Amino acid sequence: MRTGIVVFPGTWSDKDCMHVLRDVLNQSTEYIWHQETDLSKYECIVIPGGFSYGDYLRAGAIARFAPVMKSITDFANNGGLVIGICNGFQVLCEAGLLPGVLMRNDHLKFRCEWVNLKIETASTPFTKSITTLNPLRVPISHGEGQYYVSEDTLKELERDDQIVFRYCEPNGDVTKESNPNGSVNNIAGIINSNRNVLGMMPHPEKACEDILGSSDGLSIFQSIINSTDK
Amino acid sequence: MNITDKQLNELALSKSEYQLIVKQLGREPNNLELGLFGSLWSEHCGYKHSKLLIKTLPSESDRLLVEPGVENAGVIDLGGIAVVMKVESHNHPSAIEPYEGAATGVGGIVRDILAMGARPIALLNSLRFGPLTEQYSNRIFKGVVSGISAYGNCIGVPDVGGEIGFSKTYSGNPLVNAMCIGLVDPKYMARAITGDPGNVLLLVGADTGKDGIHGASGLASQTFEEGREELRPTVQVGNPFLEKVLIEACLELVQTGAYVGLQDLGAAGLTSASVECASKSKTGLEIDIDSVPLREKTLSPYEIMLSESQERMLVIATPNQVAQVKDIFLKWGLDATKIGIVTDTRNVIIKSAGEIQADIPVELLTNPPLYTVDGTKPDWLSSLQSSDLSKLSVPKSRAVDTLLKLLSSHNVSSKKWVYEQYDHHVQTNTVIEPGQGDAAVLRLKNSTRGIATSIDGNGRLCFLDPEIGGAIAVAEACRNISCTGAIPLALTDCLNFGNPETNDVAFQLNRSVKGIGRAARKFNVPIVSGNVSLYNESYGQSIYPTPVIGALGLIKDIDKVTGSAFATENDLVFLLGSDKFDNDSNSLAGSEFLEIIHGLVEGQPSIDLDLEYDLQALCRKLISKGLIKSAHDISEGGLLSAIAESCILGHIGFKMIECPHNRWDIAYFGERQSQIIVSLSPINKTNIMSIVKSDGIPFMEIGVVGGKTLDIGASESITVQTLTDYWHDNIPPNQNNDNITN
Repeated sequence: MRTGIVVFPGTWSDKDCMHVLRDVLNQSTEYIWHQETDLSKYECIVIPGGFSYGDYLRAGAIARFAPVMKSITDFANNGGLVIGICNGFQVLCEAGLLPGVLMRNDHLKFRCEWVNLKIETASTPFTKSITTLNPLRVPISHGEGQYYVSEDTLKELERDDQIVFRYCEPNGDVTKESNPNGSVNNIAGIINSNRNVLGMMPHPEKACEDILGSSDGLSIFQSIINSTDK
Repeated sequence: MNITDKQLNELALSKSEYQLIVKQLGREPNNLELGLFGSLWSEHCGYKHSKLLIKTLPSESDRLLVEPGVENAGVIDLGGIAVVMKVESHNHPSAIEPYEGAATGVGGIVRDILAMGARPIALLNSLRFGPLTEQYSNRIFKGVVSGISAYGNCIGVPDVGGEIGFSKTYSGNPLVNAMCIGLVDPKYMARAITGDPGNVLLLVGADTGKDGIHGASGLASQTFEEGREELRPTVQVGNPFLEKVLIEACLELVQTGAYVGLQDLGAAGLTSASVECASKSKTGLEIDIDSVPLREKTLSPYEIMLSESQERMLVIATPNQVAQVKDIFLKWGLDATKIGIVTDTRNVIIKSAGEIQADIPVELLTNPPLYTVDGTKPDWLSSLQSSDLSKLSVPKSRAVDTLLKLLSSHNVSSKKWVYEQYDHHVQTNTVIEPGQGDAAVLRLKNSTRGIATSIDGNGRLCFLDPEIGGAIAVAEACRNISCTGAIPLALTDCLNFGNPETNDVAFQLNRSVKGIGRAARKFNVPIVSGNVSLYNESYGQSIYPTPVIGALGLIKDIDKVTGSAFATENDLVFLLGSDKFDNDSNSLAGSEFLEIIHGLVEGQPSIDLDLEYDLQALCRKLISKGLIKSAHDISEGGLLSAIAESCILGHIGFKMIECPHNRWDIAYFGERQSQIIVSLSPINKTNIMSIVKSDGIPFMEIGVVGGKTLDIGASESITVQTLTDYWHDNIPPNQNNDNITN
């Protein structure tokens, strides 16, 4: 799989994604500078975490105007796979590629901790190879991760199987206590209606080796690889 | 020039220092020149009161790639890759404006690491505040934590560890010590040098503004009393996004090799950055002050030279390299502006509008007078030390009730509320994260090795005996990393003290450095970098002497790393370092128990460095052989608190097989040094016992892991859930339930 990892000034999980895709999974992977526009050689685009352009306004609000974003929109509209992680999710929402917004965490603090993710659907290119019924254990690291969307759109997301991950207890129960940021319906990740653009607040790239405490994140990247190796 | 006391006071220069300047210069300095002297002769930059003491610390090691004190941070060779480390204080800025003070403390230490050409891979911090029940301390505490969180998270450097203490002594003067670790391929190591005359000085990163003027001389090098709000303009304002792109741009430059020298702008801004490079390379400088990019046009040459605006670095390049340097910084959206040239005059000349504004020999600026700091032991200390703690009565309540009181004291209780606001996973190297072990552990990618790091200090113990307290700080930092299996390689120190011009503080500083040196020599670890923060007092009260030690160790086999949580039912628990329950009342000296339960800070602390050294070596040996499942040292809160913490972290109980007879207060809550509790599978018991015996380390089997309760003796039992509830969620105190006072 040929993957491109977008680098905005202020992005920091670009190198973590590169390490997983290139060093752990042996995939051909390159960085895409925010001013580049030619994405023709890639099968998958990763928009990683960080603070694009400092995110002093609203997370992702400046990044959506980067030259690369126009190309990513075309890439997505042509059916290319795009995964936005943390800041990448925020950017995708700001760019209109995903519905909803990410507001400040309900407790108004940055939060870094391990969470459990209930996999709500396996019928996406990003989750199709996940065989376990157990929640995925991955870390979060964000100050603006409270997903919010209008009631009508939320109904559509639920109806159309677009909720991909929900924060849950280790046993899979979706509870208020397991929600680290006040996201509506415990939403941690969603997919667009064409099912080729995924946004998620947790960091699967930080959970791909047992030595780091979990390798549950691998199954997401493995799904993407399996989806592109047709 | 008619110099006034007020002017000198602002610059933290004494009358005699001024006279020395006039004598050495052969004339009166002008206002700008005096400002340069004030900054570079300040305690913060010039180490007038501490240099002679610091020179006595051990700094030799085969692994060192640069001499300590010469470059921005110490560099330790691990073979193929080198680790850079340093700790620095930002105490006074954080007292005045906690958010920006702490944030720029992080930014500053990161640039020190960056100046070595190293990628910053970990942050730690050592923090001290007044009791959280005080409104002021509560506000400072929360501001500092948010500042560290905002800055560290944005630049993508994980905050992997640290320690936080609370005491009345820090009420008016909190301590904010930030430590950074970086990794560099030795062949890309950068140095703060000018190279040959004709080379070009390029100022890169942020524009220069009015913030932080007199930060080094005025803020860091004097005590401050009333009107601290008026000092706010001396605190710098951080922009972590700029720092992040500055990191990437500098590291890209370092990889190309298209430069000569790299230096950060920290305390005393452009003045100290440029003059230090020239001093090292024995060259001169000519700076065109008009070419410095400014945020506003109204800055005077004086303000430009002394501004401590953040996120700036100095690049020195040959004329041929300048275009490439500019291209790299432009790619990252940053300015790289030529502000001067290297000359062969050995003088620093500052020009504006073609006119010379300052002209001083570099050597004069970098050689402040050095003072011998020593004092006599104060009588009050002798009387505190001779207090007879054996006369204290054993509490009437049950031991578990005392345990709960200690677990919920802010010094002992969980700091989760703090560290969950810091990203500790980014860069994907964190193997032991905050709350899992006695030290943080990071793996080194593409290798089986790792590093462990810890930062420690105990002001209460140093207050009661500066020399022994200094030695204990070293011992504890090394013990913490040994508990993960790492062998200590290097230390960095931050010396937080009061006004060294008083007898008592001079005594404390002198003896603490002695103790640090003694322990470091015993453990054969060099002190590779450090920082001194003096004049930490407010309203006439000096803080506890608080030397803080950052330790770095190497782990040869990352798969054998050990945490501090109890793991498995029926595992046995050994206490290493003692063969019987402690009944020496001196172990209560300076303990958390003594302060919380009896309201006393008294007694004579002690440490046996030979036992400590052997104990740490034993612990590492047991870990490297894969024989133990957890290791946790005994520190604040004593043996029973340590056991409780291992239960809480492992979500599993413990049953003590034997009990102390009479003085359970000493046995359970004394804080004697050189004690580690380890858990092990019963099948390894014989093997471990023979190793421990042959190493000559006293030990005792104290209990067995299992169940859901902590049981001591026949009658006392408490659930791990209750322990957890008391240990967690104390910080910050609930505004509604706790008595917050002004």
